[in-house]
Amino acid sequence: MLQNLKQSLIVSLWFVFLTFPLMVIRVNTMDQVVVWRWMNMLWVALASFILSYLWRYMLTRQQMRKAVAEEGGETRSKLQLLLEDMSFRYKAMGVLLLAALIFPQVFDTYQSTIMISALIYVVLGLGLNISVGLAGLLDLGYVAFFGVGAYSYALLNHHFDLGFWITLPIGGIIGCLFGVVLGFPILRLRGDYLAIVTLGFGMIFKVVMENWSSLSFGPSGIANIDKPSFFGMDLSLADSTIYIYYIMIALVIFTILVTNRLKNSRIGRAWIAMREDEIACVAMGIDMARTKLSAYALGAFWAGMVGVLFASKTTFINPASFTFMESAIILSIVVLGGMGSILGVILGAFILILLPEYMRAFSEYRMLAFGAAMVIMMIFRPQGIISNLRQTYQYKGLKGKTNNG
Amino acid sequence: MADKKHKLLEVKGLTMDFGGLRAVDSVSLEVHEGEIAALIGPNGAGKTTFFNCVTGIYNPTKGDILLHPKGLETRRLNGLKPNKVTEMGLARTFQNIRLFPDMTVLENVMIGRHCRTKAGIFRAILRDKGVREEEQLIVESSYQLLEKVGLEDFANEFSKNLPYGAQRRLEIARAMATDPFLLLLDEPAAGMNPQETADLDQLIRKISEEEKIAILLIEHDMKLVMHISNPIYVMEYGKKIAEGSPQEIKDNPKVVEAYLGEETDA
Amino acid sequence: MEYFLELFFGGLTRGSIYALIALGYTMVYGIIQLINFAHGEIYMIGAFVALIVAGVCTIYGLSGISILILAAIIAVIYASAYGYTLEKVAYRPLRGAPRLSPLISAIGMSIFLQNYVLLAQTPDFLPFPRLIPDFAFMEPVAHIIGSPELVILVTTMVTMILLTLLIKKTKVGKAMRATQQDMDMARLVGVNVDRIISLTFIIGSALAAIGGVLVASYIGQVNFYIGFLAGVKAFTAAVLGGIGSIPGAVLGGLVLGWAESFAAGYISSDYEDVFTFGLLVLILTLRPAGILGKARKQKV
Repeated sequence: MLQNLKQSLIVSLWFVFLTFPLMVIRVNTMDQVVVWRWMNMLWVALASFILSYLWRYMLTRQQMRKAVAEEGGETRSKLQLLLEDMSFRYKAMGVLLLAALIFPQVFDTYQSTIMISALIYVVLGLGLNISVGLAGLLDLGYVAFFGVGAYSYALLNHHFDLGFWITLPIGGIIGCLFGVVLGFPILRLRGDYLAIVTLGFGMIFKVVMENWSSLSFGPSGIANIDKPSFFGMDLSLADSTIYIYYIMIALVIFTILVTNRLKNSRIGRAWIAMREDEIACVAMGIDMARTKLSAYALGAFWAGMVGVLFASKTTFINPASFTFMESAIILSIVVLGGMGSILGVILGAFILILLPEYMRAFSEYRMLAFGAAMVIMMIFRPQGIISNLRQTYQYKGLKGKTNNG
Repeated sequence: MADKKHKLLEVKGLTMDFGGLRAVDSVSLEVHEGEIAALIGPNGAGKTTFFNCVTGIYNPTKGDILLHPKGLETRRLNGLKPNKVTEMGLARTFQNIRLFPDMTVLENVMIGRHCRTKAGIFRAILRDKGVREEEQLIVESSYQLLEKVGLEDFANEFSKNLPYGAQRRLEIARAMATDPFLLLLDEPAAGMNPQETADLDQLIRKISEEEKIAILLIEHDMKLVMHISNPIYVMEYGKKIAEGSPQEIKDNPKVVEAYLGEETDA
Repeated sequence: MEYFLELFFGGLTRGSIYALIALGYTMVYGIIQLINFAHGEIYMIGAFVALIVAGVCTIYGLSGISILILAAIIAVIYASAYGYTLEKVAYRPLRGAPRLSPLISAIGMSIFLQNYVLLAQTPDFLPFPRLIPDFAFMEPVAHIIGSPELVILVTTMVTMILLTLLIKKTKVGKAMRATQQDMDMARLVGVNVDRIISLTFIIGSALAAIGGVLVASYIGQVNFYIGFLAGVKAFTAAVLGGIGSIPGAVLGGLVLGWAESFAAGYISSDYEDVFTFGLLVLILTLRPAGILGKARKQKV
């Protein structure tokens, strides 16, 4: 006990020292004023004292859990067990779908708008989940594909007057093609190099869009992009928001359906195996290049597609919407929710997008919290809020038919 | 007698250099149909490097690796990617177990079926009847392999939670799922207790006799090697120093010398 | 010719800063195979602390190059403390975890530190007081290389010589090299590996802070975001030279500095960053081991 107290005291003193110049002194070299904020020192001391206790508690708890797992004990939470129960899953899905459908009837346009952006992030999260969560390819420039989709629609709409519905698949395909083209040079790269190169791609995209004015209209962006058409009718702002909301719901369902099928297919298993151990995977006869490319390109597909929707929703895009921070947010959605877990990613997107939206006081701290959450999740719960559900199969065994390849 | 049997794998003068270091020095070796061949030698003799060359993980500096599948034309394996080698019918396990820890035991084996099945991305999304049937076939045949290695009760466990000996057997099942005619086992008995080793002995024989898969294994457990394998090849410092039947190997003074102080039960 | 020389020295100055930051990446990568994504943030914190010290001093009427030195010393102390804490909090618990885990943790830390400075200080650019005087003896060549550039070049050179001596001649340096080659072996022969890793972070952070202070006083402004791009570019430099190799980091930094300087001077400055990343992609695909790096065979 005393030992703990002493340790926390040391930690708290250390952090007081560490944060002193940045938290206490605020200097404005422009107006030549210095502000001393001594109260902050107290807050830092208090917070770090409590956090160090919490930190140690969590570490011991984690160690205990590891010990239980090694003994072969049950480490899945009640929630996890409930989710593995198929009949519960179907019921829950039904309720959620119903709630999603009546949402815009119950709430106002503003709420629907917020919900649309959360749903956009759900699709982005699910797309990135393919490359990061399933295939283990850390992509830090994912937002570039989103941008490619958005710009595809904006430009095709601007120059050729193409509509939303025809561009939606085109956006996805263009995203996919970019995925393949960018994927080729990085096939041979190891995980961490890949992360940096994709980060580079993301930044190149933004710089090119900012400077290639003849194509992209530069930093000022493209305005007056058409909203989705509804059988040629002009919709009011409120109606069109609701319309986009339903399109988004459909797109989310479509994404969930497809990614779920992919995950539980021969291709999906190859992705997961590649994530787990590349050498064993290739020794099992799996073509690395093809598997990597397919994961990368299919991840990009969703970003491209939802990019089209984003452009049509905001009716205005510029390069500033496609920064590294966006990629980081999408990545934290996947990490927080649970890498590889579709349900987890959906939940992660809602938490990360809606929480700052509804807690305005908190929204200033949102990136701070995202960053901290990524670290904390990696240390204490690398599997995310909802870890990947275990897949079980039906089989008869040798007593059944003996068709053995 | 060995002459009459069909030659499956033929390695001629295999040499592998790492920078200035010669890890494998012109080693030749053959594996025939129905054989359980063994590659033994002290630690660091280059046995695993030899495996890595044959299975395409390294591209050898010199020499030929020829595969003679029955009824098909001979293929030279040099420079082929590991997945191509596996497709050709040569599967392997790893010395330091390399399972897919966060996949279930059954899924680990199902991965082995990958190169023998073909559903692509679009068909995986559409999941038509053919794909569903193929999936079911993958599940069934994988489960049957688990039954063969005695792991059917663990089918839905995560492979990381398996005991050590079971993990080694799972690696064998996973390799067998690729439909090989030649299986390369890298120290399959490492870390096993005597009972597990005895079971392994049985299993390897069963694979050889019932499944008609030829086997080449690296092993340190001399009791196991002498009991099941013939012929035996011995490597030391990257060179092959002896080959022959268990009795010939036991009587070979060179081998005894190489193992002096290394293994006492040889 | 003069234009060429100007670009040459501009590139050299720029490159030597990249090299300073790249050293931190390379040393950490060499020892624990982690891209310390938050390294750029340590550089930024170094620059910011220096700004605070220098700002307070100038407001209270003190000025001159001695203040810059004071600011640099305090910045180095703080950056090292941050680097040490960073490793302890975000990376040490993840040793032995899957490779992506510490990398994601590093990205999280980078975002956290950026926003920490943003919230604790300001989102705006703050001007850094001018503390380097124009040396009289530099006047004849001032149109090619100015006094601030001279200070940067001399400082980086001295720092690198000290670092080389530390690694080549001292016991600690020997232990660091041993740990880099084979961590388990080093532990067996009695090297305290944890301490060496901490020390690596401390040294890397100190170097980054020196770079941060130099850039801040050279460019004349600082904000919370400067670490990101600098970090990525320095990482490019480290990869260019061959990650894990200390002379490689220096060489990579210089090559990158010149490449950027000449490309901006002779081609166009709009696409400067594109050029850098293009170079990175090219190097990683064609020669992932870098100019001086050795290809590591993966153990199977």
